[in-house]
Amino acid sequence: MSGVVLRDVVRDYADPKPHRVLCGIDLAIAEGEFVSLVGPSGAGKTTLLRILAGLDTDYAGEVGWQDARRPRLGMVFQEPRLVPWLSVLDNLLLVADPDETERARALLAAVELDGAEAALPGQLSGGMQRRAALARALLVRPDFLMLDEPLISLDGALAERMRRLLNAHWREHRTTTLLVTHNIAEAADLSTRILILSPSEGRLVADCALPPPDPRVCNDRTVSAVVEELRRMTHAWPPAGSPDRPGHEEPKSSGAISRTG
Amino acid sequence: MSRPALNRLADALPVRMGTGWNRLLSLVALLCLWQIAAIMVDDPGLLPSPLATLQAGYAELVRGNLVFHVAVTLARVAVAFVLAMLIGSAIGFALGRSQALDQAFGGWLVIGLNLPALVTIVLCYVWFGLTEAAAILAVTINKVPTVAAIVRENARALDRPLLEMTRAFDVKPARVLTRVILPQLAPGLMAAARAGLALTWKIVLVVELLGRPNGVGFQIRTFFNYFDIAGILAYSLVFIGVVIAIETLLLQPLDRRLGRWRRA
Repeated sequence: MSGVVLRDVVRDYADPKPHRVLCGIDLAIAEGEFVSLVGPSGAGKTTLLRILAGLDTDYAGEVGWQDARRPRLGMVFQEPRLVPWLSVLDNLLLVADPDETERARALLAAVELDGAEAALPGQLSGGMQRRAALARALLVRPDFLMLDEPLISLDGALAERMRRLLNAHWREHRTTTLLVTHNIAEAADLSTRILILSPSEGRLVADCALPPPDPRVCNDRTVSAVVEELRRMTHAWPPAGSPDRPGHEEPKSSGAISRTG
Repeated sequence: MSRPALNRLADALPVRMGTGWNRLLSLVALLCLWQIAAIMVDDPGLLPSPLATLQAGYAELVRGNLVFHVAVTLARVAVAFVLAMLIGSAIGFALGRSQALDQAFGGWLVIGLNLPALVTIVLCYVWFGLTEAAAILAVTINKVPTVAAIVRENARALDRPLLEMTRAFDVKPARVLTRVILPQLAPGLMAAARAGLALTWKIVLVVELLGRPNGVGFQIRTFFNYFDIAGILAYSLVFIGVVIAIETLLLQPLDRRLGRWRRA
């Protein structure tokens, strides 16, 4: 049972100046959903993930897991977070039982890292380290998979193959998944639902359901309409790192998606 | 000598002499200096030559004293060293990971670091008698603050993202300790071990000199009573040799092995 409900979650940071990162997040993710969280840099996407993972407890509001306690997590952080003195295979086995060696090897092969089992993380490229981190997250047979921009440094073709891997994994296991991404097309390709966080003060401003990607039908009209709508909503966002955007207005929805903010 | 001749001479020398050879040459130079000083002093009772020292050491070896007393001292060093490393590491780790503990007990560590070894030794002998336990305790108390201070700094600098990763994946605490935390503490532990080994044996000699019936320190006191400088130097050199052997054959290879991943 891996659904989760967030009620009025607020997170403030004091440094470098007091500011609100998440503002009254109300959200329910049902078991088996593949949810993508889209928003510009600084919108609070990673903070939300960290709160769900129990790594950030300094928030107001409630986080309630369907099963009362946190389910088994698989997590890909923004940085690979591989242990530098352990081999790639040992990094995977660090989070799993020792008898999972063969599965770990198979997952490394699935992320195209067969042959790199004995390598140390420092001997791998950034993209290879990311894929090792992805294999590690899948190895634990997670009830809830959290992916923080897992494909960001991969080249186009490789990223597409990893998307197919994630899609196949979700279709096979129906693992509840929360994907953080800047890429609306990627979110639409993989998700059953897309959430949009506003650029400032981290509010959920849109929540749109999509047909299950079983697999995603090319040129699906519903999906295309949603993608177009989301692109229209987000194209006016200022660049990452800009201040609180005075005068910024959220674009009006044309109706393909529901507004939550 | 002309510049080209100097260049030819430089070319004739080995380009990279091994570090081992350099060290050997340096030691030979030290022996030569010692020999020259002994000739100049011209009083074997005050400064015996290297050969006279070697003969004194050989005589002790033949009598069976040398091996016995060195072994006794080594045993004391080993016990005190292990105890100090275990206790000091635990204290240092606790202080490094808990701000509250550090604020409460960090001052004690400063006192420990500045407490003269001689005071600890005398107090332990006064309070617990001239016993083996008191001797080991005195050495351990002297060494613990140094180990704790080094480990505390390492514990403060533990990689937080890696620890978060283990929390997110619910990795078992024992596995986190052995595979994530201890390897990060290893450089500090090695530094503490290397600095501590040199410190420990020196304190053990003082402890033995003041209140034990055997060991290198005891022998040095005996030789001092007879003004036998050759015997004092012989024991000192043998023990220095043993400690250097431990450093070279045990600690340095271990240090290289633990740091192998950094060179990958």
